[in-house]
Amino acid sequence: MLFQPAGAGNDPNPVRQHRFSIFDIFAFAVIFALFALFTHGTQETLVPIAQLQQTPISLDPAMLPEYALRTTLRMLAAIVASLVFTFIYGAIAAKSRRAEMVLIPILDILQSVPVLGFLSFTVVFFMGLFPGQVLGVELAAVFAIFTSQAWNMTFSFYQSMKTLPRDLEEVCDGFGLTGWQRFWRLEVPFSMPGLVWNTMMSMSGGWFFVVASEAISVGNTTITLPGIGAYVATAISDRNIAAVAYAVLAMLVIILLYDQLLFRPLVAWAEKFRFEQSAGGPPPRSWVLDLVKRAHYFRIVLSPLGSLARAFGRMPLRAPVRVPHEVHKAWGSRTMDRIWAGLVITAALYSLWVIVAFVATEVAGGEVVHVLYLGFLTLLRVAVLIFLASLIWVPVGVWIGLNPKVATAVQPLAQFLAAFPANIVFPFAVVGIVALGLDPNIWLSPLMILGTQWYILFNVIAGASAFPSDMREAASAFHIRGWHWWTKVILPGVFPYYVTGALTASGGSWNASIVAEVASWGNTTLRAEGLGAYIADATTAADFPRITLGIAIMSLYVIAFNRVLWRPLFTFAARRLRLD
Amino acid sequence: MLETTSPAATTPMLSVSHVVQSYRKSDNNRFLVLDDVSLAIQEGEIVGLLGRSGSGKSSLLRIISGLTTPVSGEVTWCGRKLDGPARGISMVFQTFALFPWLTVLQNVEIGLEAIGIEMAERRRRAEQAIDLIGLGGFESAYPKELSGGMRQRVGFARALVVHPRLMLMDEPFSALDVLTAETLRTDIIDLWTEGALPIKSILIVTHNIEEAVLMCDRVLIFSSNPGRVAHEMPIPLAHPRDRLAPEFRALVEEIYSRMTNRDGPGAELNKPGAEQGQGHDITITTPLTAVSTNVLAGLLEELTDAPYNGRADLPALADSLNMPADALFPIAETLQILRFADVQSGDILLTEAGRAFAAADIDDRKEMFARHLLAHVPLAAHIRHVLEERPTHKAPWSRFEDELEDHMSEEFADESLRAVITWARYGESFAYDEQLQQFSLGAED
Repeated sequence: MLFQPAGAGNDPNPVRQHRFSIFDIFAFAVIFALFALFTHGTQETLVPIAQLQQTPISLDPAMLPEYALRTTLRMLAAIVASLVFTFIYGAIAAKSRRAEMVLIPILDILQSVPVLGFLSFTVVFFMGLFPGQVLGVELAAVFAIFTSQAWNMTFSFYQSMKTLPRDLEEVCDGFGLTGWQRFWRLEVPFSMPGLVWNTMMSMSGGWFFVVASEAISVGNTTITLPGIGAYVATAISDRNIAAVAYAVLAMLVIILLYDQLLFRPLVAWAEKFRFEQSAGGPPPRSWVLDLVKRAHYFRIVLSPLGSLARAFGRMPLRAPVRVPHEVHKAWGSRTMDRIWAGLVITAALYSLWVIVAFVATEVAGGEVVHVLYLGFLTLLRVAVLIFLASLIWVPVGVWIGLNPKVATAVQPLAQFLAAFPANIVFPFAVVGIVALGLDPNIWLSPLMILGTQWYILFNVIAGASAFPSDMREAASAFHIRGWHWWTKVILPGVFPYYVTGALTASGGSWNASIVAEVASWGNTTLRAEGLGAYIADATTAADFPRITLGIAIMSLYVIAFNRVLWRPLFTFAARRLRLD
Repeated sequence: MLETTSPAATTPMLSVSHVVQSYRKSDNNRFLVLDDVSLAIQEGEIVGLLGRSGSGKSSLLRIISGLTTPVSGEVTWCGRKLDGPARGISMVFQTFALFPWLTVLQNVEIGLEAIGIEMAERRRRAEQAIDLIGLGGFESAYPKELSGGMRQRVGFARALVVHPRLMLMDEPFSALDVLTAETLRTDIIDLWTEGALPIKSILIVTHNIEEAVLMCDRVLIFSSNPGRVAHEMPIPLAHPRDRLAPEFRALVEEIYSRMTNRDGPGAELNKPGAEQGQGHDITITTPLTAVSTNVLAGLLEELTDAPYNGRADLPALADSLNMPADALFPIAETLQILRFADVQSGDILLTEAGRAFAAADIDDRKEMFARHLLAHVPLAAHIRHVLEERPTHKAPWSRFEDELEDHMSEEFADESLRAVITWARYGESFAYDEQLQQFSLGAED
């Protein structure tokens, strides 16, 4: 992480006297507590699996803080991995035209692939890497979270890299900054606001997957990693509704702490990288960041770290050998382009053949048609749910957004609800469905949108808050009311925001279908007919050809849904409904 | 470290010989930006590159700085062929180009970091440059806390701190308001004449005529499309220069005349009174500037009234309207194309039609404008003709864009079409649908 404290060394005239303050004590306490927890949490990952199985998950609420810590550490590990991946993958895609041809479409598809379907593959793979050790399973869980977070962060970084201000690039070239210096001085800082925001969004999505990935069963092996997700899974099989409630409570606390201690400070700090040189709107603030800024001794202790980080970015590293001009020219020629395109097409065809051959070992043609039909059922669910959620949340969001006081109170709540892993509260719904004897084909569906509908709400709130007040005044001055007001004034105004929210919500719902279409409570298992249930069943049976088929079909549906519906709406919103 | 042995007085510090720059549009079609440009810069002089927008002067500056390579021709720097950005050349940008996430001090230090100068020396030199340029006390501020003038001072300090032999300036004052620009300009000139700047020569790109005369020892006037050095003028005035001195005014006047000369800046200047009211014949492929019809009408009204009564001196007019020359040129030129005014030796004169237009009411104005548009702007007439020929009376934007792009860059083609659309909408000569990107004959559909 780039660390940039404006330490004492930076200031040529240190005027103020640095006194040891209460903030210092606070900051030190927080840091050392985190260190201690971190060591404790990581020690446990190095034990053999056998030992893990001897200590089953306890439903004692007193164990929750420890489980919460383990879950949080997994999240942190995944976010660090995502950042490293982002910097490498995004930079290569942005710098090399040929790599871009391949990497960006791959990223686009990876974004649409239902991550939960992967889980069985990755668990097998990582357990193979570290046989008999918990570390393998831990890595599989971290990888599952990683796959839910990395893609949009990478996209954001890639897009920033492609839109670097030209004059700043010229400054770097003119002064002869090396590629390394340029990366840390220009490219990373420029992409920081977008990257921090996307990381925050990724984290929101990540809680869902961490919960889902802590209790994994592939075929006959069931592995539970100590964490909140495993706690909930145990509570479900023990039919312990009180334990589920404790887990919900613990989750609320974690997300709140995460937001206050990590993300709010980060967002406030990233504000200084914003490129627009004029101030617009009140900058985001964070009490934690303010505390850290006031803790002088704390900063002095940390400043060697800061200087180290800065010196690291300043190192004039460059490629050891300068590529000769002729080689460079030949490499960039049209002929090389054709050769490259040929290689890419060959590789793509070969991969396609491998997949088809693998699936065909078990699955006949008729089943493919059946799976397509199942996919259609799930598509129907997603479409209907997004429609219903829009009917409810768009008017509510508009009302909230146009009342600044309500908006400031509700907006953090909506973001919070979007981050909350809805799969923790599934048991409540399942208990209800079982008790009332409802049809799972219909009543399991709302679970798919339980966690994702909030994206619609908070995006619409943001859109309505940003709606220019002069246009509102004009509308009321000309007595534009009722139906007219909705269709001519406010709906076009919030539409671009709504599309963003609905797109995120629909992507999340496809993913959620894998855990929502099959739900269990103790020995009772409810099943809705659909592609999500198909994948979930195949995972339980460790039937890899069917998992592959299910994921492939779901990815196709998601991509088609995005191309046919969301992308045209996006283009339309960007062309016609921009307010600048 | 500055005191390298200077080359013999006869060899220029920098020389540009037969530089050609063009951009590829399609496989066998290139658009020419700079055509056979040669110039030399000696030690100890300030040279100005003066030209209209699109004359390729910024492209030339980027070639000299080594940021881009020309298609042919070469740049020689201190006796060696330039290959990539050179030590000893630094640049000040029109947009300041400061890193918003670095403080003033860090921004200034960045050029020293690149060449690996150690911390203490870096700090010392940065402080020195900051003090020199009048930024002392602002070291720990971020660029967004500073005014435009202060930001550009950071730009200057950053360029000076590496002790360049040649400093390139790309319209450094044009993003500043009039007063700020004046102060900064004077400060730079004072430091230069005192010999306080650690540089040997300055090359400044500008479109501001007075600025060029105020600062430079020599001015090179560029012609547009493609860019060429059309005329070279020495400015033999001693610093500090007085803007109101007759010699100063005479030089400004001459440059104005050259830049509005219809045969190009390098041609013989017209004698006042000769060949009046001939208008300005253009072809389909002459680039147009999208000047709003409100501005055109506004200038015509201004010219009709006292004190001008139909004739104005361009520098004086620009001054009283508080407009830089380059903003006035396209307006005057458009009026000239439409035969509402005529430009001669730095003066603008109303034609009969121009007077009539200024006196007319809205509907008559529109009708007159449409007539002049179709008669004197061949591109408008061409579009109208194509629309009439087609049975559907419709034609896509791309049809004309492709046609224009055979003769000019994409930006110029775009701008020309935008200009014709604006004017045709005002004159109701034909319509354009932005959504469909389609021209059509009338507003009937």
